[in-house]
Formats: sequence, structure tokens, C-alpha cells
Amino acid sequence: MRVHAKRAVALAAGLLLPVTVMADWTMNMSPGVTSTSNQIFSLHMTILWICVAIGVIVFGVMFWSIFAHRKSRGAKPANFHENTVVEVLWTIIPLAILVAMAIPATATLVEMYDTTESDVDIKITGYQWRWQYEYIDDDFSFFSNMSTPRDQIRNRQAKGEHYLLEVDNPLVIPVGKKVRFLLTANDVIHSWWVPAFGVKKDAIPGFINETWTRVDVPGTYRGQCTELCGKDHGFMPVVVKAVPEEEYNEWVAEQREMAEMERQLTEKDWTLDELMERGERAYATACASCHQADGTGLPPAFPALKGSQMALEDMEGHIDIVVNGAPGTAMQAFGNQLSEVDLAAVITYERNAWGNNTGEMVTPKEIFDYKNQQ
Amino acid sequence: MSAVADTHTQDHHHGPAKGISRWLLTTNHKDIGSMYLIFSFAMFLLGGSMAMVIRAELFQPGLQIVEPEFFNQMTTMHGLIMVFGAVMPAFVGLANWMLPLMVGAPDMALPRMNNWSFWLLPCAFLILVSTLFMQGGAPDFGWTFYAPLSTTYGPPSTTFFIFAVHIMGVSSIMGAINVIATILNMRAPGMTLMKMPLFVWTWLITAFLLIAVMPVLAGVVTMMLMDIHFGTSFFDASGGGDPVLFQHVFWFFGHPEVYIMILPAFGAISHIVSAFSRKPLFGYASMVYAVGAIAIMSFMVWAHHMFTVGMPLAGQLFFMYATMLIAVPTGVKVFNWVTTMFRGSLSFEAPMLFSVAFIILFTIGGFSGLMLAIAPADFQYHDTYFVVAHFHYVLVPGAIFGIFASAYFWLPKWTGHMYDETLAKTHFWLSFIGMNLAFFPMHFLGLAGMPRRIPDYALQFTDFNMISSIGAFMFGATQLLFLFIVVKCVKGGKKAPAKPWDGAEGLEWTVPSPAPYHTFSTPPEVK
Amino acid sequence: MSEQTGEKTPERKSNARVIGWCLSGVVGMFAFGFALVPLYEVFCEITGINGKTGGRYEASATQQVDENRTVTVQFLASNGPGMTWKFRPVVRSVQVHPGESVTINYYAENPTDQPMVGQAVPSLAPSEGTLFFHKTECFCFNQQPLEAGESVEMPLIFIVDRDLPEHITKLTLSYTLYDQGKQAEVSKSDRAQTTTNNNG
Repeated sequence: MRVHAKRAVALAAGLLLPVTVMADWTMNMSPGVTSTSNQIFSLHMTILWICVAIGVIVFGVMFWSIFAHRKSRGAKPANFHENTVVEVLWTIIPLAILVAMAIPATATLVEMYDTTESDVDIKITGYQWRWQYEYIDDDFSFFSNMSTPRDQIRNRQAKGEHYLLEVDNPLVIPVGKKVRFLLTANDVIHSWWVPAFGVKKDAIPGFINETWTRVDVPGTYRGQCTELCGKDHGFMPVVVKAVPEEEYNEWVAEQREMAEMERQLTEKDWTLDELMERGERAYATACASCHQADGTGLPPAFPALKGSQMALEDMEGHIDIVVNGAPGTAMQAFGNQLSEVDLAAVITYERNAWGNNTGEMVTPKEIFDYKNQQ
Repeated sequence: MSAVADTHTQDHHHGPAKGISRWLLTTNHKDIGSMYLIFSFAMFLLGGSMAMVIRAELFQPGLQIVEPEFFNQMTTMHGLIMVFGAVMPAFVGLANWMLPLMVGAPDMALPRMNNWSFWLLPCAFLILVSTLFMQGGAPDFGWTFYAPLSTTYGPPSTTFFIFAVHIMGVSSIMGAINVIATILNMRAPGMTLMKMPLFVWTWLITAFLLIAVMPVLAGVVTMMLMDIHFGTSFFDASGGGDPVLFQHVFWFFGHPEVYIMILPAFGAISHIVSAFSRKPLFGYASMVYAVGAIAIMSFMVWAHHMFTVGMPLAGQLFFMYATMLIAVPTGVKVFNWVTTMFRGSLSFEAPMLFSVAFIILFTIGGFSGLMLAIAPADFQYHDTYFVVAHFHYVLVPGAIFGIFASAYFWLPKWTGHMYDETLAKTHFWLSFIGMNLAFFPMHFLGLAGMPRRIPDYALQFTDFNMISSIGAFMFGATQLLFLFIVVKCVKGGKKAPAKPWDGAEGLEWTVPSPAPYHTFSTPPEVK
Repeated sequence: MSEQTGEKTPERKSNARVIGWCLSGVVGMFAFGFALVPLYEVFCEITGINGKTGGRYEASATQQVDENRTVTVQFLASNGPGMTWKFRPVVRSVQVHPGESVTINYYAENPTDQPMVGQAVPSLAPSEGTLFFHKTECFCFNQQPLEAGESVEMPLIFIVDRDLPEHITKLTLSYTLYDQGKQAEVSKSDRAQTTTNNNG
């Protein structure tokens, strides 16, 4: 069946256009890498071919009439307008076909709903516009943001291989284990989809949904949010890395350690120098692409920070714009993207670098309190 | 025939009033029908130009023309305007023109209400379109306006959107009441229910659907209004509400709504296929039962739009089976049309071309609908371009081609002139090619994993998006040709006889062309 | 002319009847749209389909504990938008026998410098298990006011029903904590109180 599909696909593609890049003409669903996705694929192909067969018969009769029973060819119309036997038949036969389709569909569905006996439980929370992954049994969580640079989206830079389908922190899962996902959302409804797993489930604020997968082939799998969730709905990809179990365990241990460190950093008493040092690094990754490494920006879209009134005087405004962004401009809200430590460090850095030398310092605790006041 | 014409001169009716008041104050079903059709075509062009913006942005990856915020406003307004502004009013316009002529009635049963239900529409759409210029922009949450994106997170203009939906709902409901009253009370003597033309039947059933579901839509937007302004929590989890409830109520309206947009086309196509096959329609009775069955079943399948919200297994299975069942009556209709053509004496004027394309393409849309009904497979299709392809395949060839077919079929009756057949055929072929070029590749995009409602996409989707955009531009531009053909036909052309199509049947062909301002003042006798 | 008016009278009458029927249909369906809200709630309560656990459980007779069966109950906590409290279960999960009454705690802390009110909204997965998860005492039955800087351990006492379907071995209970506004806004918290009482 699959061979036929490929032939049909190739034929159709050949007819459609003088072929430019064959590799990109994906026309069919991918069978995926899980048993669920394979079952879905075979259901999809079965139904497709049943539809094609019915189509060939119905359209065949129709085109026969169109060519053979033309008035211009002297066809004289018949006058029949009823035939109970035929009418009963073409009610019953489709019904039988439908029943035949429903049986495998039901079996697949029942299996998809079996979330028991999971090895790893991960809570997925949808935010506008990022995903948060929480490893329930291991006490750590992180955000996963799209990492495609704005310059690529704005066509100022060549687009990378995984344009729009790349993130800073992918979800990592072990291969061969049953992973159970618990989905919810913070603000609006999102939907978490990885085509290669055959998994798509809505993340609904205030409610918890569950689904599962078991991936047998290590690799990186990409998907997207599929429920309209506002402005950046198209920019919240899902990236999942399936890795061998030992690698997974190492990674988990590392993450737990880092989570612990992060907790300590927020509590710690920071000096200006420490914040400046950390701020320089955070600035380079989060801010420099627009405001430039020397703080001169690219006016008018990206104002200079060096010598700016806000960085020199208006501390409250400065914290506000970094945490909440400036709506309607390219300035994003970094409040949920950076940790309190990094936010404090970046703001401190911007107020003291490039000759801004205010000598003022913002601590992680102050950022935390500021966020809470909102 | 001449007897009918004679009664007219004897009755000594007034002609139309002069100037603007003819249109503002008219209670004449033909005038109101024309206004509905013109309004709907204007909305079709407006909604279509929004589709052009969408396709232009999607022509290649990256953001080139519009911002994501505006892109979302475009998809939302495109959907709303096409559904409520273009398709529904077009069918009401056809109903206004043709129902009285088909049942042998002098006018609609409630002519003054008819005037009012039309004039509400421009008001509603003035409000809706004006939201584009408001602070925060037009509604940007999709034509399905799922809460809480449309409530807690909606733009300020949402209130105006709700108000516009209320007004167009009132207009639709009044139109539906009028249709029901006309069909039930004003049929010519001797026209029993099972002798009614199929367009009349399908519209009767559509009108009942409208009465059943438009109030539910009004209810759901009212709940939104209360959530936004009066502190209730119907759809807000923080106050004990449930966002999924919104989807249940919306689709309880929404699924019958899609049949509202297709059933009248079923009726019109049945007339046209039979007329150009010069052969009576096959299986009239089963057609009526099939439409009835589709209408009733449309109330039991709504949750197939929500397979991914996390319904329990039993619910998934029920809605999957119920949805698959709808394929049976729909199949019966297609088989009937094909059998009507079989061993007929076929000719292919523009109405027939559009009708044949309707049958083929609508069936393809039906097939993808059947695939979508399979719940496990829907987990892959849901909210991807496969769905976009599916509903455009049922709505463009279904509703839009159905309307074009009807327009060409009845234009001689409306204007008294034959339209330009060559241009009309050109219109058909360009539309047909453009439509397929625009929407067929969307199947591939969806299967390859492109979500719907995104302003930018990953690189592997580039080629099909380009083809799709080219097809869409072609389809869009072609519709200006239709405008030209109609204007040309109104202004002049070959005089049309009372019955320009030799195979056509029905009372509307017994009155002269153009149909006089007042027809059937004395009811005709139907044997 | 007189003949025409004579004809019109019965026709008008029947039109009035059709309009009457249609309008009552319209009003009926509008009401039905709103009735769907409580209907859905009742439907969910009977079938548990949306995973919303019920209100306070009044045990009619104490259930026998089924020692032979163990069910894992897992606890999750989320914060609603803009909710700044620290909120988490004290234990991640517990093993329980169906029929036994179990007490666990959630920890909540208001780190801000203002008094606030929170409301926890429960949801259970799989939703099939909702009917078999009984709460005899829960912090989610009421709003939780916390003074600035105050922290609290909030109890939840529950029983997993012995009739829980065999294939369910793990239940996940998730609470989302929503900010119900500052305590001063009496009217707002009032309405929240009325709406939340129904769903516990």
C-alpha cells in the first residue's frame, strides 16, 4: 500500500509543477516513530484508499455520462427517476464500509487512551507564547522558547535549517519508556503537537489533560502549537529530544543540580561586580542582537541604551520595560524568559556599562518583589 | 403563460417607486432579493481581499507584509465575513427572488419584515468592519472565537463584534421565519409538500436549522459579553467556569451552521443538473429524506470539532460514529445527482459546469470530511491545513459554486437578458483551476504538519504555499470577471425567453423574462 | 379588491401562527443555549467528563478498605496568570488503598506585602476517575485569604472509591490557584465565592 502511495504522490507532484526541489514536496503524513503514530498512519492510508476507490467508481460513472450522453452527440434522455433497489443498495453498502472503517479506528483510540503504567510523568504548561516542562518526579522545570532569531523572521538574515522549529531548551525524554504528559495552560488554550509521535492534546487553563507516548528511536522531533493562542501562535514550537536512558539520567541529574544552584543564586547577596559580570553574559545573549554589544542600538527601531534617559535616571521604568516589554514595539517582555538573577544582572549591567556609571544596583530580590506587585 | 401575463396588466399594479426610497422602503421580494445578492457579493469581495492579504503574507516564509496581530485579524474577519456576510445572505437573496416564483406566491409572506431583515445586515457589517479601525484592532481570535482568548484576552473591539453578531443573528432569524411562513402558507393550490421544488425543500429545512441554532449563537456571545463586562464566569476557570463549555455551545451552533451554508446549494444544484441533463431528478423523495436526515444528524455531531480537548473515550466514540453516519445521506445525494446525469442528454452551459464541479469537488471535500471523522486520525489532522483544505473544499465549490451556478441559471429570469456564455465559461474555468490550485496543496501542507492560523511557517512548507497563493490570487482576480458578466447582462444582451433552458422545470419559468415587478397575483394551479 | 382582502384574512392569521411558533422556537433555543451551562455541569457531575471533582463528600456509610489494591495519587499545583503565591503540594504523591481516608497538605505562601485571596480550582486526570475521587475536606471548598508574608499548610482529606475501575492505577489531582483580588475588593470576592461554591 505504501508503495502505491509513493507512486501516486510522485505522479501527482510531477503533474503539478516543473519540479524544483523534490526533497521539500512532502505530501503525505509521516508514519512517525511510535506505535500510535504508525497505527494512525495506516488508518489514514486505509481510509484514503477507500475514498479513492469510491471516488473512482462515482466519478467514473459521471465522466462516462459526461462523454457518452452529451446532447451534442445526439443523446436522447431516458426518463427514469426512481429505483428502490438501487437506492436501498447505495444506502446499505456505504453503511457497511463505514462499519468496517470504524472497527480499527476504535481499537486505535482505545489504545491511545490507555495512560496507565507510565515510567516518566511530565507536566506541560502552555503560556503565551512558550511551553513550560515540569519533571514532576524530579523537582525541576524550565521554559522552552523559540530560538529562531528575529532577524531571520524579518528577512534580514538567511533562514536556518530549522527555521521556527527550534527552541532554547528542548524537552528531553528517554527512549523505550512510556512517558505520560499532563497538560494545562496558564492563560489561553494551547495545543501540544508532535506529528512524529501522533500526539496532539489541548492544554486548557484550569484543567488537566493527559496523553502519553513511547518513542523507540532516538532523535529530535519537532512540532508546533496548534490552537490559535494569540499573536505569536505561530512562534511557539515544540522540540523533543528522545535520548537513550543513561544519557537521560545524566541529563536529569544535571538539571536537578542546576535548579538547586538557581535557587541559591536568588537567595544570595550579590555585589555590583558579580552582577555586572553575569549581566554582561546575559546581555550578550538576550539584548545585544537589537541594542548592540556597545549599547548604541539601531535607532529608530532599537533605541540606544548608552546614555539613555531611562538607563541613567528612571529605574522603575527600566525594570518595567525589561520585565513587561513595550507593547507594539520589538521590545519583548523578558519577565518570564529570564530568571530573576539574570533580569537583575542585565538591568544592573545596562545602568553601569558603556559609561552609564550610575553605580546603582538592582538585586534579584528587588525584581522578585517588583514582579509580585504587578 | 400568456394568461399569467394578462392578469398582470389587468391587476394594474404599481411599478417600483423612484429613486433611493425604492430600495430603502421596498417590500418587494425581487428588490430585496437583488439587494441581498449585491450586498453578499460586496462582502464576498471584501472577505476575499482579506484572503488575498493572508495568501500574500504566506507566499513565502518570513514576515513580509503584515504583522502577526493583523494577520490574525485578517483570518478572523475573512471567516466571519465569508460565513455571515457572503454565503448566508447570498442564499437568503436567492430565496427571496426564487421562493415566491417557485411556489407561485405574489411575494414573501412578511414583506415588511423582509425589508427590515435586509437593512439590519449592512448595519451589522458596518459595525463589524469598523472594528478594524478601533484601538487594539479587529477581533483576532479566529471566526470560532474560543474563550478565553476572546473573553479575558480579547481586544476592546470584542464588544462591537458581539453586538454585530447579535444584529446579524436577528436578521437571519427574521429571514428564516419569513421563508417558513412563505413556504407553509403561500404555496399555489395543488402544490403539496412532496411536489415542492427541491430548492424550496432545502430552504425550508435550512430555515428550521437557522431558527434552532442562531439563538444558541446569540446565547454564547451573550455569555461572552457577560463574562467580559458583568463579572460572570461562564468560561473562566478562575471563577469556576469551563473554557471547554464554550466550545460545546459554539459547535452546537457551528455544526448545523455549516449545513445551513450548503443545504440550499444542494437544492439549487438538483434543479440545474436535472435541467441540463434534460431528465427528471433521480430519487426526489430520497433527496428530501436525505436532507432531513442530514439536518437532524447535524445536531448530534458537534464535538467532532473537539476531539483533542480531552473528552472521555465514550464521548469520542459516540461523536466519531455519529459523524461517520452523516456520510450515508450525503452519499445518497451524490449518487442521485450522478444517476440523474446518467443516460441524460447533457449540455454544459455555465450553470451546469459549476454544478458538475460542485459535485466532484464537494465529494472530495466529503471524503476528507470522512477522514477527519476518524477520531484517532483526527489527532494528526486537527487544526492543520488539512482542515483548512477540507472546509474550503466543501464551502468554495459547495456554497460559492452553488451560488454561481444558481446565479447563471436564473440571471436570464432576473434581467431578461442572456449572459455572455463565453465569458461565463472563462469565469468557470479560471475559478475551477484557481480554486484547486489554491486549496488542493493545502491537503499536503496539513499532512506534512503545517498548523492553521499561523502567519509564518517552517521552510519545508514553502513550495506548496507558493502554489496555493498563486491559485488564490487567480481565483480572487477571476471574481471581478463575474462582476463584469453580471453588469453586462443587466445592461443588455440577447433577449431571454420565459424559459431559456429547454430542460428546466418549475413555475418560475412560466412568468416572462425579466420577471415582472409583481408576479402570481393570482395563484397558478399546480397539477 | 374586496375579494383580495377576503382572501388575505385567513392567510394573515396563519402567518401569525407560524411567526408565533417560530418565535417560541427562537426564545426556546436561546434559553436552551443558557440551559446548556447548568446541563453541562450536571452532565459532568454525573459522568465526570471534564475532570472537575465534586463538592464535599458526605459518606453515607464508612467504606471498607480494600487492602489488596493500591492506587497512586499524584498531586500537582499551578498558578493562574499573575498569581504570585508560592503554591505546591507538600508530598508529590501517595499510595492509597481504595476506601481509606487520607490527609495530605498543600503549602501556600503569600510573599507580597499585601493581603491577598486565592482560590484553588481542582481538576483530575484521567477524567474517568473523577466520580470515584471523594473529598471530605478540601481547601478548595473555600477561598484562602493570606496576609502579607503569611504562609499556610492547607489540608485535603480524600477517599478513593472502592468502585474505581480496575484499569486505573494512578490518579493525578491538579490544583490551579487563582488570584481573587485584594481582600478589599469585597464585591469581587463575593461573586467569586458564589460561583466557586458549586464546584468546590
